Amino acid sequence: MEYVIEMLNIRKEFSGFVANDNITLQVKKGEIHALLGENGAGKSTLMNVLFGLYQPEQGEIKVKGKPVNITNPNIANDLGIGMVHQHFMLVDTFSVTENIILGMETTKGGVIDIRTAEEEVRKISERYGLAVDPQAKISDISVGMQQRVEILKTLYRGAEILIFDEPTAVLTPQEIKELIQILRTLIKEGKSIILITHKLKEIMEVCDRVTVIRKGKGIGTVNVSETNPNELASLMVGRDVVFTTDKSEANPAGDVLKIKGLAVKDSRGVQAVRGLDLSVRAGEIVGIAGVDGNGQTELIEAITGLRKAESGSVKIKGKEILNLTPRKITESGLAHIPQDRHKHGLVLNYPIGENMVLQTYYKSPFSKSGVMNFKNIYDKARKLIKEYDVRTPNEFTPARALSGGNQQKAIIGREVDRDPEILIAAQPTRGLDVGAIEFIHKRLIEQRDKGKAVLLISFELDEIMNVSDRIAVIYEGEIVAIVNPKETTEQELGLLMAGSKRKEAGEETNV
Amino acid sequence: MSNRTKNILVPVIAVLLGILVGTIIMVASGYDAAAGYTALWNGAFGDVYFTGEVIRQVTPYILAGLAVAFAFRTGLFNIGVEGQLIVGWLAAVWVGVSFDLPKVIHLPLAILAAAAAGALWAFIPGYLKAKFRVHEVIVTIMMNYVALHVTNNVIRTVLSEGKERSENIADTASLRSPFFEGLTEYSRLHWGIFIAVICAILMWFILEKTTKGFELRAVGFNEHASQYAGMNVKNNIILSMVISGTFAGLAGAMEGLGTFGYTAIKSGFTGVGFDGIAVALLGGNTAIGVVLAAFLFGSLKVGALNMPLEAGIPNELVDIIIALIIFFVASSYIIRWFIQRMSKKGVK
Ligand SMILES: Nc1ncnc2c1ncn2[C@@H]1O[C@H](COP(=O)(O)OP(=O)(O)OP(=O)(O)O)[C@@H](O)[C@H]1O
Ligand SMILES: [Mg+2]
Repeated sequence: MEYVIEMLNIRKEFSGFVANDNITLQVKKGEIHALLGENGAGKSTLMNVLFGLYQPEQGEIKVKGKPVNITNPNIANDLGIGMVHQHFMLVDTFSVTENIILGMETTKGGVIDIRTAEEEVRKISERYGLAVDPQAKISDISVGMQQRVEILKTLYRGAEILIFDEPTAVLTPQEIKELIQILRTLIKEGKSIILITHKLKEIMEVCDRVTVIRKGKGIGTVNVSETNPNELASLMVGRDVVFTTDKSEANPAGDVLKIKGLAVKDSRGVQAVRGLDLSVRAGEIVGIAGVDGNGQTELIEAITGLRKAESGSVKIKGKEILNLTPRKITESGLAHIPQDRHKHGLVLNYPIGENMVLQTYYKSPFSKSGVMNFKNIYDKARKLIKEYDVRTPNEFTPARALSGGNQQKAIIGREVDRDPEILIAAQPTRGLDVGAIEFIHKRLIEQRDKGKAVLLISFELDEIMNVSDRIAVIYEGEIVAIVNPKETTEQELGLLMAGSKRKEAGEETNV
Repeated sequence: MSNRTKNILVPVIAVLLGILVGTIIMVASGYDAAAGYTALWNGAFGDVYFTGEVIRQVTPYILAGLAVAFAFRTGLFNIGVEGQLIVGWLAAVWVGVSFDLPKVIHLPLAILAAAAAGALWAFIPGYLKAKFRVHEVIVTIMMNYVALHVTNNVIRTVLSEGKERSENIADTASLRSPFFEGLTEYSRLHWGIFIAVICAILMWFILEKTTKGFELRAVGFNEHASQYAGMNVKNNIILSMVISGTFAGLAGAMEGLGTFGYTAIKSGFTGVGFDGIAVALLGGNTAIGVVLAAFLFGSLKVGALNMPLEAGIPNELVDIIIALIIFFVASSYIIRWFIQRMSKKGVK
């Protein structure tokens, strides 16, 4: 009995569109098996088939050598298969334990026995080093913690085989390190893992074998020890991929975005941004580096009008926009790729085509005297879908049905296409494959070279270092240093981000 | 199965199930089911008079159904259609008895008054929801009671001198149609059906074709994304309730200016507003669906009156059968609605 999971020749169609075409995946007991493929290649679909959310049109699934028919997630649970989804499925207003036992509550005399459950959750949490507080409310804990709750949920249900769909896309670098530790513990405790990720570095670091799929077809399985990132990338995309983006020197001109003394409170009323100063000039990309939770979210929300600021000034090309409505700010020439694509970026129930005009639907040629012109809207959508390589069956497909990466590409296309004076890009490449990342970075640089300003917020130092012309380090709601990416190292940035003494030298380098 | 066929199939199956269980109940309690259903049919379509009455009954059902459906499509649950209808009814009659104007002014004015009253009654829960996040279901339910008692008081003290009902409205404010009455052997069929159908077309047009409809639906699906996109979330919530209330107020005008021509003290709700919820659910919250569902409800309501007369089936049993149909329709939709609500909240 060599394989714990065998998926043989799986085929899955969505009303004529083939998402999985004859894919085979075999997972050995005790290994971390990576599933690699471009955005929209069909990875999530394949895993949803294994988890019983979709029924395949064709193919066979074996668990521990026995053919099985997984018609719903309960059966998957019973077979010891657990899944941590790309987009979490937690009830915000419930506690950690309540979420974990949801659907399989232990009762005592008809009443939910929350004490016993909490104890159980605490035990599992300790055993795998998850450090989760069983009583915390979901809305109060970080994304990284929420993910651990999802992991706990599967373990509580007795999962032997854990599926992780892009777990690291939503995590900060520190959280990623911790997750990798958790994965190793899981393996030590006898679990098997299927890991979907776009980050080749992670595959090289923790995985044993990797199965590559491209455009719905299985390309093959290789041992990680016998391959390298470049080979994986070209297997996946079908061509060579460059990892660092070439770019010419920036030619910055006058200030486009000028922030002075900005103060913003977070939802709990705590001062998150404290008198922040920053300017972004025409023709440059400024990257904001910082550990999550140092005011980045509040900063972006204040600039874009999603959150009221306490005081300060934000100007676009000299025009004050602080605390104006998002519509007015957008019309002043700002575009925004939001951090949370499901919360802010898309109306998931709308067709992807209509999402392409989410900010411009009221303007010509998309409407006239208050009446929508759907022909023009869908013409535009088709153009953007083609230009930004958004893989979708067609423009009428609900945004919900697109793969995570393709949702992201659609948003980026929509925002960049508006050709804004200032583009705020918050984690723009989160969840994108290497090919798409390369493409997006090029578009950001193109925007810069057209003389526009770009403000990039990212937790990935690689990305910040590669793309930015200047790096602003944010710490506890202030910009504590401005450094030149060519003259700094990841170590130095890391120290600055951790708040190690303000860098006086920062003033010298290119303010 | 495509969503479209599912949307058509679900209500059809629900109606069939209702009829089936209704048959079982009739047979089990010793009545002739075939005779019962024949009587139901005859009571609705056996005679032009009855058909006229059916269409009369359909008219407020369409408008009440549209009111619920419009709110629902924009993410709101308007349980207050009943109250908005009652204040609309009162406002229409008030204008109808108080002025002496030519018909071209008086009738539209009375209709507008009803629309405005319904809109105002819905504005309050809309405003509270937008401003203070008070759930609209609770407020609209309370507003129903407020409407009932306030209108009763106004009828007693302002529209009459301590009497049970108002004067009849002036002819110049009436929707009554001698032409339709002649055509249907003096049923109470009136011009209002045209208003109802126009409103159905209007709802479809607003929701599907206009930028406002695009905004209203977007806000219903995802407030955060709507705010991000520059839409005014609060105003859209209020507007949605106001439009919904306008339809409900118009439903009241149909009763006040068409069917009855006066308003009277009510000991309880008319039920039309609540039936509107069932009509909207059965109609899948689309304009055309609401019109069809209202037609079914109107036929059942009017046709049922004939069941005790022709087949000796007691009124209570008739109510049970209608309730069963509603039950089957509503349960399938409520289940769907719950699934959607839950998944929207759950996905983080
Ligand atoms: N429910 C659905 N209806 C229609 N098409 C769908 C549905 N779910 C997925 N698809 C399509 O199937 C394809 C594969 O999607 P899938 O989510 O499996 O991609 P993925 O490999 O996980 O990509 P990503 O890395 O971007 O998450 C996509 O083109 C997507 O549009
Ligand atoms: Mg995916």
